[in-house]
Amino acid sequence: MAKITFDGIEVDVPDGTTILNAARTIGGGIVPPAMCYYTPLKGSGGKCRACLVRVAAGSAKDPRPMPKLVASCVTPVQDGMVVENTTSEQVLNVRKGIVEMLLINHPLDCPVCDQAGECDLQNFAFEHGVSTTRYEEERRTFEKIDIGPLIQLHMTRCILCYRCVYTADQLTEKRVHGVLGRGDAAEIGTYIENIIDNEFSGNVIDVCPVGALTDKTFRFKQRVWFTKPVNAHRDCENPKCCGKVVLWYKGKDVLRVTARKDQYGEVKEWICNTCRFDKKETSDWTLEGPAHIDRSSVISANHYELPVLNAQVIADLPESSVRDLEQNPPMRLGN
Amino acid sequence: MGRKLLTEHINVEGIDTFEVYRKHGGYRSVEKALKTMTPDEVVEEVKKSGLRGRGGAGFPTGLKWSFLAKPEGVPRYLVCNADESEPGTFKDRQLMSKLPHLLIEGMITSSYALGANTSYIYIRGELLYVLRILEKAIAEAYAAGFLGKNILGSGYDLDLYVHPGGGAYICGEETALLESLEGKRGNPRNKPPFPAVQGLYARPTVVNNVESIAAVPVIVNDGGDEYAKIGVGKSTGTKLISACGHLNKPGIYEIELGVPVEEFIYSDEYCGGIWKGRDLKAVVAGGSSVPILPKELILKTAAGENRLMTYESLSDGGFVTGTMLGSGGFIAMDETTCIVRNTWNFSRFYHHESCGQCSPCREGTGWLEKILHRLEHGHGNERDIDVLASVAKQIEGNTICPLGEAAAWPVSAAIRHFRDEFEWHIRHPQEATRPGAVYPGKAVLA
Repeated sequence: MAKITFDGIEVDVPDGTTILNAARTIGGGIVPPAMCYYTPLKGSGGKCRACLVRVAAGSAKDPRPMPKLVASCVTPVQDGMVVENTTSEQVLNVRKGIVEMLLINHPLDCPVCDQAGECDLQNFAFEHGVSTTRYEEERRTFEKIDIGPLIQLHMTRCILCYRCVYTADQLTEKRVHGVLGRGDAAEIGTYIENIIDNEFSGNVIDVCPVGALTDKTFRFKQRVWFTKPVNAHRDCENPKCCGKVVLWYKGKDVLRVTARKDQYGEVKEWICNTCRFDKKETSDWTLEGPAHIDRSSVISANHYELPVLNAQVIADLPESSVRDLEQNPPMRLGN
Repeated sequence: MGRKLLTEHINVEGIDTFEVYRKHGGYRSVEKALKTMTPDEVVEEVKKSGLRGRGGAGFPTGLKWSFLAKPEGVPRYLVCNADESEPGTFKDRQLMSKLPHLLIEGMITSSYALGANTSYIYIRGELLYVLRILEKAIAEAYAAGFLGKNILGSGYDLDLYVHPGGGAYICGEETALLESLEGKRGNPRNKPPFPAVQGLYARPTVVNNVESIAAVPVIVNDGGDEYAKIGVGKSTGTKLISACGHLNKPGIYEIELGVPVEEFIYSDEYCGGIWKGRDLKAVVAGGSSVPILPKELILKTAAGENRLMTYESLSDGGFVTGTMLGSGGFIAMDETTCIVRNTWNFSRFYHHESCGQCSPCREGTGWLEKILHRLEHGHGNERDIDVLASVAKQIEGNTICPLGEAAAWPVSAAIRHFRDEFEWHIRHPQEATRPGAVYPGKAVLA
């Protein structure tokens, strides 16, 4: 075990934990943002530099500060490490710079982008960025590439987090897309206009932090904050598919199906393309109840869910309710 | 005349063949190391020599070797970084094409010191003709029993391979080099883990520059203490400097570290002064990525002392009034040089060579280049200089690998010392973009 101090809060974590995951065990507003790191994807992280933190003391043995800011998502903790995130002016300024860098070549077409409302870049820019731009040059754009009938690739919006590359590497037998080119001309693409055709290819939509990879069957149908997410499951024939999904309803219609994400937007259990693209009737699914949506998200504005209760502060709660709550604990308010 | 340790026999006819090289004392260090020394004794000699990495960072080679993890039953690797592609640096190419056996000898001795049984020379893709020279030399060394199984009957085995890269500057960064050597896209890795713990194929690996490895035979032959006598302070031994730009005699010079910069530029033994009788304006002392310095600061430090060709002296004053020895790519510019155009040219290179993995470098290098392009072509505005400085600062220190810094430093330094010239470009665009235009003012001294 290693004891670290993160923004003045002490926490014990197992050896080898990254600084970011140590911060996540504390939770709340001190957790550094992450645009490219994705817990289930081995090898991800370190690229977007959104999670840079200052290490004020390297370890108990060697308490010197680290000379540069480090990417918290890939740097393991050391016993006695002191980390500054929101308490460091330098970190917050650098993060502003990172937002600026990510946005200079981004088309900022949120009004027509399907990802708007659940976009990591939107949230990141809103929380850490500035509202003006200093960029006067021409924005970089890309030719459109068709990667098949199910997934829409919109390369101009991409921030090159490599998540979809790792997903294809780790979920599918053969990866047919990857990063081509170099520098700011680097792009996600398939070699010689291949199509991505794999039973698990749809997961790249869920892992994409921006609107670069979107669901073609959901394209332009609805703004996400007008749809209602409902947890559901089915017995999927595919042994690698967990069958647990979120159905996004508009009225009686299931407009799209996604895998379930945790509070950091990460999918822990993958779903197959059959569940995602083909099962769009309520009768295909066993409904569980409304999915939890973080209150800070715009989607929650139009959303209902189980009441959030704190059993300890309500004195006369009937016993049946207490038992009920124990069995089905209410979800915590996010962050 | 300084001593020549590496290039003493460089002009001997046929020195690229095994026989001639051997006749001139070649492969003595292999015999000495394998027959009379333990690997740790070789490492100790290199430590004593004070040899510092010749690729640019100047990290002590012996210390780097002693960091190598040595778990039981796990192979270790030595990789020679021959991906020399920094603008202004061309010393390794010459060394390898003229003296291929010197590098091979160094590789054998160094591999023995590190306990590596397989070693690689990762060579830049554009240098295919050098690759052929090296492969021919390696075949000769195998035939003579200096490579392969049971070298010189010592029981030590070594296989040496040359691997060409695809011609990407980024693959000169050691972890990108390892990725490329593994057959992947040349993206730098996140550190830690460092290559000394998890390098090539996740095994402990040492990556050294060509010139560092070529210095090892000299150190083993003469002893580390003898080598350390050359030079000044912590800058020991000799260094190849590839001098280019507006000099009377550009070329590759082996200097004893500690030669004054003024002597290096003006003496007839070295560069012979600035061409066409012109005045010196600025110098980039260690390859395009190090900060540019105006004449006054490259010849004398801010404290008024003579600047010497050493790691310490050149970096005296930090980045405010100093620079770095870097890889030894010495670019001199005469008084007619346009600093804005030069900075744009450097920026264009880094924009082109950024791997695109991490966002500050991917987006920032492009941004820098686009602004500088505008400035140079007379479309600048008053805010541009501050934006340039600020973008450079946003890249610096926040990237995965040092390419970000390499892109940011020349821009920051050019603005620091030549801000007037940038402002002149903005205020007098027509005059500044006229062909052959020369800025009439003087450099700003920080």
